[in-house]
Amino acid sequence: MELKTKVHAENGKQDLTITRTFDLPVELLFKAHTEPEIVTQWMGSKVVKMESRRHGSYQLEKTDDKGNVIFSAGGAIHEYIPNKKITRTFEMENAPFGVQLEIYDFEQLTDDTSKLTIHTIYESIALRDQLLQQPFAQGINWAHNQLEEIVSKLK
Amino acid sequence: MNVRRDVFQAIADPTRRAILLLLASNTMTAGAIAANFDTARPTVSKHLQILIECELLKQQQNGREIYYHLNAQKMKDIADFIEPFRTMWDDRFNLIETIMKKHKNK
Repeated sequence: MELKTKVHAENGKQDLTITRTFDLPVELLFKAHTEPEIVTQWMGSKVVKMESRRHGSYQLEKTDDKGNVIFSAGGAIHEYIPNKKITRTFEMENAPFGVQLEIYDFEQLTDDTSKLTIHTIYESIALRDQLLQQPFAQGINWAHNQLEEIVSKLK
Repeated sequence: MNVRRDVFQAIADPTRRAILLLLASNTMTAGAIAANFDTARPTVSKHLQILIECELLKQQQNGREIYYHLNAQKMKDIADFIEPFRTMWDDRFNLIETIMKKHKNK
């Protein structure tokens, strides 16, 4: 089966490319990335601020059920061409990953299909590799918590 | 690629991940592993079988007992690999597709 989402990350480089074809017109794909009330739905975080324009900035935040902020991120928008391109920075606050540059290319394939290419450039090769492994590390952490729970039930 | 995908299916299961963590510092028999779970023994055996098929675990005969241990090289392959990162984005993109299809039909 052909994978819909592809990640291209060469060894020893500080950037990577994510590509995906969507069963959506390019206008809707672009809208999904620029309207705060839609972004919040798929990012799973609150959109504190989203000025979708050149020189605009954005800020995302996730809180736990006690209201503590567990994730906050933001950046500035440098280039904004509707239905075509967004160039922005992204930074996770209180995390040791630095600032990354993200270039989003929106491409119309047919009237009802489109393609998104995200080119991300990190501060260093090491930071890129660390971020790539984040989801795996989280998976293992989660398994560890599960295990602790299982073990604590036995006591 | 196919083999690697199988490996990720293998570690997608919480019981199998818990087994891998148990074996991170020990070699254990199937009975000792099963004692850590509420799950029935045959279910644990099935999980062990899947982990062996994906080469994440190795078996070693010691007298009458069979001991299980991690295949360190294979575990390293996964740690180096970017599949979980790809899956995270894939999930996100699937969600965008679902949300926007509904949005379009409004």
